[in-house]
Amino acid sequence: MMLAAGDGAGASIFLELGIVIVGLALLARIAIRTGFSPIPLYLLAGLVFGAVRDTSFSQDFIEVGGQIGVILLLFMLGLEYSASELSSTLRSGFRAGVLDALLNFTPGLLAGLVIGWGWLPALLLGGVTYISSSGVIAKVITDLGRLGNRETPAILSILVIEDLVMAFYLPLIAVLLVGGGLLAGLSSVAIAVAAAGVALVVALRFGGIMSRAIFHRSDEVLLLSTLGIVLLVAGAAEELRVSAAVGAFLVGIALSGQVAERAETLVMPLRDFFAATFFVFFGLQIDIGELPGVLPAAAAIAAFTAATKIWTGVWAARRIGVALRGRWRAGTALIARGEFSIVIAGLGVAAGLDAELGALAAGYVLILAVFGPLATRYSDGLVDTVRLRLAVPP
Amino acid sequence: MTEVEETPLPGVGVRHDFSTKSGSRVGVVSHRTGCRELMLYSEDDPDACETTLRLEEEDVRVLADLLGAAHVTESLAKHIQHEIEGLAMSWLRVSPDSPCAGATLAEIGLRTHTGISVVAVIRDGATTPSPGAEFVLAGEDTAVVVGTTEGIRRATELFQPPLDR
Repeated sequence: MMLAAGDGAGASIFLELGIVIVGLALLARIAIRTGFSPIPLYLLAGLVFGAVRDTSFSQDFIEVGGQIGVILLLFMLGLEYSASELSSTLRSGFRAGVLDALLNFTPGLLAGLVIGWGWLPALLLGGVTYISSSGVIAKVITDLGRLGNRETPAILSILVIEDLVMAFYLPLIAVLLVGGGLLAGLSSVAIAVAAAGVALVVALRFGGIMSRAIFHRSDEVLLLSTLGIVLLVAGAAEELRVSAAVGAFLVGIALSGQVAERAETLVMPLRDFFAATFFVFFGLQIDIGELPGVLPAAAAIAAFTAATKIWTGVWAARRIGVALRGRWRAGTALIARGEFSIVIAGLGVAAGLDAELGALAAGYVLILAVFGPLATRYSDGLVDTVRLRLAVPP
Repeated sequence: MTEVEETPLPGVGVRHDFSTKSGSRVGVVSHRTGCRELMLYSEDDPDACETTLRLEEEDVRVLADLLGAAHVTESLAKHIQHEIEGLAMSWLRVSPDSPCAGATLAEIGLRTHTGISVVAVIRDGATTPSPGAEFVLAGEDTAVVVGTTEGIRRATELFQPPLDR
């Protein structure tokens, strides 16, 4: 099909995709030059592209690519943490995790209800405001040379727990989105959560065996085996109504040791490509005309949940004996929301929920993915200024 | 004894830090990828790093060699790193001028003379675990030995040049 000479449709697909990808490359350049996360730029690109051009040709590709992007995002998220790290962090950071959930999930949930959306979109908005962007935050911490800082373990353990919560939250949402009566819904939720729990335990117990079975010294074999398994499990999970993303996440957790390290380097470029596709796809689905209308609400929720994240980080850092400046570095670092907020909102949009949810989530992430890194970069200076004004001892 | 604190960094690796005798706080972040970051904590803000030095695996080896070599020659008898109820383990550098350089382990007769065992020999970054009696030691090798504190002290002397300096 693609090789057919003079095939107009084929040529147009390449042209369209080429324009999109060259555009993304330029945006990524700008993002790196200015030290920002490219995620809000990709979103904007999707929004603008959707507004100016009817993407009839590449729509299918971008849609499937976007879904693969979600799967790979979650897979790499699971890959990042070993099973032992997950269980030890769960023990040490449990209280900070609970506070994080209370302070950051509740505002989104309530805002959704106040807007008058009903429970389901409100639950999704809670997820959007709850989950910090581990991608953006990890990059900011590295870029600012804060990896060795004493507050950093507090930040990382909150991120780990958020990711674990996702393992239960996503299947729950997936089941609720499929619908059905309340009772039927509740029983499928129970099944989904139990399935995620069992899979997690299996991953923790037998991950080593699985990793050894997959390992191969050829990069090619390893890449294909990993991708194949991730897609298979994701597909199976989707069949069982446990969200493809969760399946991929669990495969990521199950893989460990040498396989995990190599798979991480091998899958990373694919993840970057498909994740960018996903952000564009998400932007495409949103009517740019809706954005100005929801922006005030998005800004208000963003301001409030930035404050609650700061509170969470300050509390968690104080608990491990970090002083004032470090506490604020931790708090401000956690503000950034990004890829996973969009993943959650994307699930709702794909299920045909209230169109406002997508636009609101986009606006919200646009604001916080930019503001979060900025806030943490200048937090030391701000804390010092305020401290001098108020003459607070360090 | 300097106390080294270990802190896991989920998703990244592990951080070790300690205070130097002069009171500076030094930390090392070991990434799972193998690279290291050496950092010096700030005096005004003890939670933050003032200087960060990123070291690839190759750099780590060079720096460890530089620091380790000086350490071994300077602290001879004090060089006992781990002690478990009378049993000590140590890393001993074989001086090229030592009578042991070029001799097999059987010829040196470490176990008969000092009662210690050579668990491994590190040469040019490669490790030979449990070397046999016919293993020939060379100058600049590092022998990992286990035995009594006294035995290790005597082995340390054996691995040095003869007592003229």
